[in-house]
Amino acid sequence: MSADPAGVLTGSHYIDGNHAACEGALAAGCRFAAGYPITPSTEVVERIASRMPYMGGVFIQMEDELAASIALQGAVWAGKKALTVTSGPGFSLMMEHIGLAAMTETPCVFVDVQRGGPSTGLPTQPGQADMMQARWGSHGDYEIIALSPDSPQECFDLAIESFNLAEQWRVPVLLMMDEVVGHMTERVVIPEAKDIQVTERRFTKKSPQDFKLFEPASDMVPDMAKAGDGYKILVTGLTHDERGYPIMNQHIQEQLVHRLVNKIRLNANQITRCEEVDIEDAEVIVVAYGITSRVARRSITIAREQGVKVGLLRLIVCWPFPEQRIRELASKVKAFVVPEINYGQMVLEVQRVAAGKAPAILVGHGGGEVHEPEVIAAAIIKAAKG
Amino acid sequence: MKVDNDANAFYCDCVKEEQNPVNAMLRLDRMPSIWCPGCGVGTSVNAFARALKQAKVNLEKTAIVSGIGCSGRVSGYLNFDSFHTTHGRAIPFATGLKLANPELNVVVYSGEGDLIAIGGNHFIHAARRNMDLLVICVNNFTYGMTGGQVSPTSPASAKFTTAPFGQFEEPFNLPNLAESAGAVYVARWTTFHVNQLAKSMREALNKRGFRFIEVISPCPTLYQRRNKLGDGLDAMKYYVEKSVINNNADTREIKIDFQDEITVGTFVNKERPTFLESMNARFSQTIGASYQPYPEG
Repeated sequence: MSADPAGVLTGSHYIDGNHAACEGALAAGCRFAAGYPITPSTEVVERIASRMPYMGGVFIQMEDELAASIALQGAVWAGKKALTVTSGPGFSLMMEHIGLAAMTETPCVFVDVQRGGPSTGLPTQPGQADMMQARWGSHGDYEIIALSPDSPQECFDLAIESFNLAEQWRVPVLLMMDEVVGHMTERVVIPEAKDIQVTERRFTKKSPQDFKLFEPASDMVPDMAKAGDGYKILVTGLTHDERGYPIMNQHIQEQLVHRLVNKIRLNANQITRCEEVDIEDAEVIVVAYGITSRVARRSITIAREQGVKVGLLRLIVCWPFPEQRIRELASKVKAFVVPEINYGQMVLEVQRVAAGKAPAILVGHGGGEVHEPEVIAAAIIKAAKG
Repeated sequence: MKVDNDANAFYCDCVKEEQNPVNAMLRLDRMPSIWCPGCGVGTSVNAFARALKQAKVNLEKTAIVSGIGCSGRVSGYLNFDSFHTTHGRAIPFATGLKLANPELNVVVYSGEGDLIAIGGNHFIHAARRNMDLLVICVNNFTYGMTGGQVSPTSPASAKFTTAPFGQFEEPFNLPNLAESAGAVYVARWTTFHVNQLAKSMREALNKRGFRFIEVISPCPTLYQRRNKLGDGLDAMKYYVEKSVINNNADTREIKIDFQDEITVGTFVNKERPTFLESMNARFSQTIGASYQPYPEG
């Protein structure tokens, strides 16, 4: 289905990633946003606050991140597409509600513009150290989808895709930006509404008598109903049966949690997405995401100039992790080099999936800056020499 | 004797229908409830169901939101769009629900631990904004489901598992808190005052803005047992003996001390613009005629 023109600012714009993410959300049909300002994500909600009155939607600045991260779920159950936006410490505060959204299969989007951590860390400077928290931060077993844009254009594009994936799989989707991408200003081309594909919510066609709120369809995803439509839905964070009724036993827990996990795991190949550059002849592959992948492109040029056959695998969807592709590559290459603005997060996944067939070498950075391209290039050259 | 016409009509309904007239409001397939004998939560739900039956609200468009704990289970037993959310966060969930579809008549129903301790920040801000929500707080002075710990309304000197030598903190006076934060309707009743409570709930259901009703409720299993206060009936005797009806009482004067007087009544009933009314007024003023006012419900 095409986007609602009301939210689409068609044209060529010179804006930063934060503003582009806002435009992507509006183009995707987001008409409710709840936020709590935190650097370096603030411009996303500031732009939403100024745009939403013209869209027929609502923005509310809540009293804290806990409130913002659940207000958007209330809005979803009332029928709106909704998002919240935060950074580091705010993301930590939202963790419980990422679990709630996973458990209640509430399609919603969380934008995290990552800064340096831990704790208050470096509010105005970059980091990529929330990647494992995105995957594992809430308690219990669950799966989410996380994407990582590397440019303002992609902040726009992936914001739309975040909403589409959220609606398709009924999961919270996390748009994992970083401070540099958020504040980087570039040309962003916004197409016409008719050229933007948006996924609409799959509401049930059944009558209230025949409908079960958590009965999965063939793709393991249940159809939805919303408050006020006469379905008298019961939504709970407790372990629940297909009617949504809380049932405290291990059989129902197994049935529910296994499905929540499997609807993503078994469909991972449909969801994962990578960009591949110069992979064909590569002996070394750089695995990178977000701003670090742009630095890595320069590193690859430096290493190629020195005769090293090196390629780039850029993670566009970080979670679920592209296991199949990494496994294929692991049996062909000498090594993976993984630069991250953290001290080892996604590199652990590369190591796990490569399973000893090729080493995964971390080029870590504590945050506050992006890598020097030469540092990554040196790691590539060293890895190529074995 | 003065006849309570509402109560009278209600009992006439019972006779006519030959079944409990609140049945339609409940998910009967989930009965019996988890609540202990003598607990007041069910009594409050009964009053609420009666209020709903009599109020002029669209039941199809009524949604109940709760947090967790004993009172948090209310949403799941009521036969409406029901949301059982996280500890303390019923109000912000309800805020999103209401703002996304202002046609919905959104009721938050939970306990004092949920709404006032962990959720205290949300409570005061929703009241400040005059968010269009009815908030019903079942106050039994303790954390029931977790086993009788101290709560933000626990009276001084009473004993709790986490205050074994007696509570010594100043408890919240909830009507005063609600009024100071900006609530447009504030009432307090005990579960003895079922007719007054139902009437208050009905009044509040038919009003807009942040409305707050405190329901003083027994917890024989934990609070009363630990403090040697007897069973559910003893709680009723205490409410009969110590309750003073004082509508329009100054909320600063109505704190509750251990087994002391309980002032009940409707203390605040006023008007001021809701969040959405204020939003529309501001945007219309600043954006001008091109602004399409958002539905206010």
